[in-house]
Amino acid sequence: MAQKLEFRVNGRTVRIELDPQRALLGVLRGPLALTGTKYGCGEGLCGACTVLLDGQAVRSCMTPLAAVDGKDVLTIEGLSRDGKLDALQEAFVEHGGLQCGYCTSGMILTATALLRATPHPSRDAIRQALERNLCRCAAHQRILDAVLGASGAGVRP
Amino acid sequence: MSTPTQVSRREFIGMAGGGIVVLVGFSALDGIAQERRFSYPTDPNAYLVIGDDGRITVLTGKIEMGQGVVTSLAQMAAEELGVDLATIDMVMGDTDRCPWDMGTFGSLTTRMFGPALRAAAAEARAILVSLAAVRLGVAKRRLTVRSGSVSVIGEPVRSVTYAQLARGKGLRKVVDARAVLRNAAQFRIMSHSAQRLDGREKVTGEARYAADIRLPGMLYARILRPPAHGAKLVHLDTFAAEAMKGVIVIHKEDLVAVLHEDELAADQARAKLSAQWSSVPPQPDTESIFEHLVSATQALHEVAAQGDLSSGRRQAERIFQMEYRKGYVAHAPLEPHAALAQVSATGATVWASTQTPFPTRDRIAKVLGFEPKHVRVITPFLGGGFGGKSADRQALEAARLAATCGRPVQVAWDRREEFFYDRFDPAAVVKLVSGLDREGHIVLWDYSVYGTGERGAIHLYQVPNLAIRTGVAPVYGDAAQSPGLHPFEVGPWRAPGANMNVFAIESQMDLMAAAAGVDPVTFRLRHLKDRRMRKVLQTAVASFRWRPAVGPSGRGIGLACSTDAGSYVASVGEISVERSSGRVSVSRVVCAEDLGLVVNPEGARMQIEGATTMGIGYTLTEEVRFRGGEILDHSFASYQIPTFSAAPRVEAVLVPHQDLPAQGGGEPPITTVGAMVANAIFDSTGARLSRLPMTPERIVAALAKSAAPARGAG
Repeated sequence: MAQKLEFRVNGRTVRIELDPQRALLGVLRGPLALTGTKYGCGEGLCGACTVLLDGQAVRSCMTPLAAVDGKDVLTIEGLSRDGKLDALQEAFVEHGGLQCGYCTSGMILTATALLRATPHPSRDAIRQALERNLCRCAAHQRILDAVLGASGAGVRP
Repeated sequence: MSTPTQVSRREFIGMAGGGIVVLVGFSALDGIAQERRFSYPTDPNAYLVIGDDGRITVLTGKIEMGQGVVTSLAQMAAEELGVDLATIDMVMGDTDRCPWDMGTFGSLTTRMFGPALRAAAAEARAILVSLAAVRLGVAKRRLTVRSGSVSVIGEPVRSVTYAQLARGKGLRKVVDARAVLRNAAQFRIMSHSAQRLDGREKVTGEARYAADIRLPGMLYARILRPPAHGAKLVHLDTFAAEAMKGVIVIHKEDLVAVLHEDELAADQARAKLSAQWSSVPPQPDTESIFEHLVSATQALHEVAAQGDLSSGRRQAERIFQMEYRKGYVAHAPLEPHAALAQVSATGATVWASTQTPFPTRDRIAKVLGFEPKHVRVITPFLGGGFGGKSADRQALEAARLAATCGRPVQVAWDRREEFFYDRFDPAAVVKLVSGLDREGHIVLWDYSVYGTGERGAIHLYQVPNLAIRTGVAPVYGDAAQSPGLHPFEVGPWRAPGANMNVFAIESQMDLMAAAAGVDPVTFRLRHLKDRRMRKVLQTAVASFRWRPAVGPSGRGIGLACSTDAGSYVASVGEISVERSSGRVSVSRVVCAEDLGLVVNPEGARMQIEGATTMGIGYTLTEEVRFRGGEILDHSFASYQIPTFSAAPRVEAVLVPHQDLPAQGGGEPPITTVGAMVANAIFDSTGARLSRLPMTPERIVAALAKSAAPARGAG
């Protein structure tokens, strides 16, 4: 049954009346028109729908609104400020850490959570953090380069 | 005598350095002709629009699915036009605005469309320079072009911009303007690495894919799917779904769908459909398919022959008889197929994730009963294609539903549908008999491939007695052309057929090298006259710092080479095998590719890296399991594509060949991965794997069977 829910998305307050069992992904892409978050599998296996919930990377396809109530959601649309890309976004462009771009939002948000918790991760730590984010174009090594680059821990020559 | 029409199409615009500039309209027939003849137009206006603001719009029927042509095509246009890359805007895959194109596949964009685009841009530049000569009152030879501005050499203040010359109108032909393509030595933009033009959109979430398009009043459709290919609907009860508020149920011929303004409600309504289906025979299945492919093959077609096989058999001192196998492989793009259709009484507009917007337009027109010109297909970014989006079932479904209900309809497949309707890379068998004479030369090559085409089957090795045959017509996987062969539709998958053929050829080369007691590089070079292939192979092994050794050396190093899509490629890789589990880890790959003229070197390297890592999937883990028409893998839980931990360090080496026209880039480097890894496993363990994918269980089984002990490093 529909309930009144209140949470913030990219700093803006959202008040909505919906079934709290509904998955966050569909709400972001539907009523909130934030289509930068992607559907890839609906089972939490690919990571394309990853967003941050109070700073933690979560799979929005598996996250019911009940778990979002009262919290902060950050999506890919909330990363750049006044048209200026953040460090990870810059690094993904600079290192070519994307091809088709469909996994990119999830990659960047997963990496954002990692760098917030571990500002200078090793390449192995990045690999582990991103292991459950799938990239079919196989831009893996450039994504690792990008995250390393953004962390300031090292840039490939 | 000119007719009045012809006179009106000519226009003198004045003296230019002693010459008269005559403008002529491009033939209006050009647009019609290219629709009918399926060729690229010659009118530069079909490809380029010069805006009042100085921005250049490039129009192409090609689409961007990650392969990077959004950038490389812009580079080609910018180079020939003489404008900055940053002033180019790309419009791709819009059938109303772009010149006709057959589709984006076969590594053909740079090879086939590139020359047409460059010629158009070069002609546009020649026209603009002629116009500038008149405007500035100097001869053309005294003019120079830079950043979309034509100026007098030595007098940069005397200049005029393209925008001023074009005045927002289309270009007209200048009779004496001669378009000359720029050569590699002149390149300022081509052959220099450029960052992806779509990078910014894709890191901000602004990039639109088909499922991201919204229209007022649109409905989300969920379609009833059979449990297996070939199953027929025998009973349907839609009562419970229809009882849901706001649900529209459409049952039209084979299409049963529920539609709702709310996507979740549409999901729930589909779950309430009650359907019974006919059962389908459970054969062939994942294991029996190989026997089936051989027995169901009607005839073998010879695609290459030389010498005499029986004399080859007589000359051979040792015969090597092998059968190679490969299962079905899914495309599994991260973006499932999606489309949004809006249909009125007079026409249709469909946004679709498709690699073939023009053929899709024609099929939609046929299904809806419109002229193709009344259907517009718009292609947003594709979230991966790999050949899998050459089909357009979802676009036809959306168009039919929108036509029936009179409202815009989105069809966006879920992952299960994506696996079910994937037109897989076909399972295949290669039967191969080869022979070595006393000196270790190949004297016999008797090769037959079943289930897939001949792409990649013709190799460059010198063999006096050879026959190469294929059991299917060389089509891009249209199962309709080989009826009864595959239990469901198959289709083009990145370098169709070549992954199987190169796996077989290069595995066989490797096992013969080992049997002859010769280092595998030396053995290949001994049989290679082709200078381009020799150079690519030698470049790869030098970059890898290959040390010659007879396999199995215990080191776990393997190589493979091939030609594909006009390019030459050699891959050398290092792996380790965990003997207890059979798990293989590929740590490092050097891949050298000669793809002729390279438009965007960094883009080419990204394709090599991506193809190599993607290839690890069909090599080690990816195989669609099935029982007759029932697809058993329909989730990333059981169907494993390469993850970060599986991705090797890939070193891409571009072998310079700038005087050769640009060849295919995205497919060739994936063709070598299977054999490279199989040969490395042999080098590590002495076990020869002949079936892809080489799963841990198969490797454990092969190790148990393998009698040959590893010889230890060095």
